[in-house]
Amino acid sequence: MTAQSNPPLLSASHLTCIREERVLFDDLSFEINGGDIVQIEGPNGAGKTSLLRILAGLSRPYGGEVLFQEDPIVRCRDEFNEALLYLGHLAGVKSELTAEENLNFNLRISGYAQFDPREILARVNLTGFEDALAGHLSAGQHRRTALARLWHTDCKIWILDEPFTAIDKKGVAELEELFIAHANNGGCVILTTHQDMGIISDDRLRKIRLDYRFI
Amino acid sequence: MNRGISYTQAFFTLLQRDLKIAVRHRGDIFNPLLFFIIVVTLFPLGIGSEAKILSRVAPGIIWVAALLASMLSLERLFKADFVDGSLEQMLLSPQPLQLLVLSKVLAHWLLTGVPLIIVAPLLAVLLHMDSNAYPALIETLLLGTPVLSLLGAIGVALTVGLRKGGVLLSLLILPLYIPVLIFATGAIEFAATKQPYDGQLAIIAALLVGSLVLAPFAIGASLRVSTN
Amino acid sequence: MWKWLHPYAEPQRAYQLAGKFIPWLSILATLMLLTGTIWGMVFSPTDYQQGDSYRIIFVHVPAASMSMSAYIGMAIAAFIGLVWQIKLADWMAASIAPVGAVITFIALVTGSTWGKPMWGTWWVWDARLTSELVLLFLYLGVISLYASFEDKVLAARAAGILAIVGVINIPIIKYSVDWWNSLHQGSIKMTGKTAMPPDMLVPLVINILGFGVMIAALSLVRFRAEILARNGMRPWVRELAQAEGVK
Repeated sequence: MTAQSNPPLLSASHLTCIREERVLFDDLSFEINGGDIVQIEGPNGAGKTSLLRILAGLSRPYGGEVLFQEDPIVRCRDEFNEALLYLGHLAGVKSELTAEENLNFNLRISGYAQFDPREILARVNLTGFEDALAGHLSAGQHRRTALARLWHTDCKIWILDEPFTAIDKKGVAELEELFIAHANNGGCVILTTHQDMGIISDDRLRKIRLDYRFI
Repeated sequence: MNRGISYTQAFFTLLQRDLKIAVRHRGDIFNPLLFFIIVVTLFPLGIGSEAKILSRVAPGIIWVAALLASMLSLERLFKADFVDGSLEQMLLSPQPLQLLVLSKVLAHWLLTGVPLIIVAPLLAVLLHMDSNAYPALIETLLLGTPVLSLLGAIGVALTVGLRKGGVLLSLLILPLYIPVLIFATGAIEFAATKQPYDGQLAIIAALLVGSLVLAPFAIGASLRVSTN
Repeated sequence: MWKWLHPYAEPQRAYQLAGKFIPWLSILATLMLLTGTIWGMVFSPTDYQQGDSYRIIFVHVPAASMSMSAYIGMAIAAFIGLVWQIKLADWMAASIAPVGAVITFIALVTGSTWGKPMWGTWWVWDARLTSELVLLFLYLGVISLYASFEDKVLAARAAGILAIVGVINIPIIKYSVDWWNSLHQGSIKMTGKTAMPPDMLVPLVINILGFGVMIAALSLVRFRAEILARNGMRPWVRELAQAEGVK
């Protein structure tokens, strides 16, 4: 990592997470700066998703806190949410709406009404499916509808839980390029995945490892 | 970095989406309404068809049926959003959560509360309700059903993450419905005997204002717990 | 460093602190309840209207008045937990709920028992009894919500929110029930409280306070159990268990 004078975009300070009486992680601290691509690794059940949800402010840690530019996120939720794009396991795509309506809603509610949803859908290879109900799309297309948000956002912090699920090889490569471009622009990407990434080189990728603990 | 979306825009964007989804899922609108009608129809079968008795208990029957119908329909308020992840996105939106929650409750009330108010006079006829009481019936429903939606949404927000929330929901919110029930039926009874009922209406209106102001905070806090 | 220790040390300190209070509170509650009850049952004069049956007030009135106070106490704890995000306060609220529910139930049972000689029937839709019944429903709601969540940290927060919503509604519900009661029944006044001789009043007050102390003691016992249950994996709890000879 290059030394930076700016405060870290996002930092975890002594996080502890306890689920169902089991300690997932304890006293976990790290800093994430603009330009970082961070992969959270670990076996199933190690608490990867829990960590991402805590970083996004969806879950409250048992102990410790998450800081956004050195302010606790619970104190500056609005600014933090404005800088954050989180995509969880659940895509947040409404199956009763078409792909275009879904994206259009996302664009408008987050203030990007100037973008053309059709153009963005074309970029994620969904041309021709704009008017299909999201419930009728394949798993991969469904996922792409959710990921389409990445192409227009100006959020600095991306937190993505398994973004490559159900995405084909070409799509994964495109996403990886998008992540690099985003990081080069001063943003950061925090993701979990069980797939190997081909384009993002190992020296570019930072890894945070969580282990399954038995206590 | 404000991307320039006003609160009003956000409010109506969400409202519009919810209404669109509901229109494509018509069952959600008609089922509570049918439930309301059927419950009211059962009462004459249970307590006899004598007009005198029916007109005496009509306000209570209609209002209790409205409470139950409102509660049953509320169960789905946040469920679909919870299941498909939209709720998480809503919590992470830069817009104030209270505003978005209010928009969802309004959509729900437009879809289930308003039809209830429209069919209520019809049911009042079936129950031989005194004709003087009709305006009071409509007015109390108009002011009271939004209170039911707002208070009920708190209970729904608390139980949305639970697998078996249904029965629990009734235990949580029916006690909170008691004041609305008492003043609404009181107003209708007063109207039937040609006494002024402005007082009761004013109290229900006060309950509406109070819950409009406070309930969104409770709903928002509850949703944060439920999605944790 | 202290910040890091903070969440670990606090439950342990609270556990020990509660442990120090419990014996004193228990002794105090026992003494007060014994004094108040024996005085009330044996030495207080017989009521000229109701005979000896009025003596149930030495249980009923303390239970009824403390059932409401316990709810308010629970809501205050929940409020502290919600605003300052203190888990201990949430657990405190969750520990008060079952105690409060039992007290409310006692108030209801003694109330309707008193109703039998007074009104000739076990249940009357009297405003106070009805409010007490609704209060019991509110308590049961908090308890079952708490029981429904598997993650008890979340359970305590959810139950806390419900307790706060309930406490805002209690005055409204009480007022509406009073209004409804006067509309339908013509209010029933149970006792002219104006002229209660000190021989009745003093034991009554002692018992009311005694109930309060007893609720505090019982809640603290539950609170300690709650802390242990939530911190079972912490070293200090393990040490404690080993010291007690539990494996």
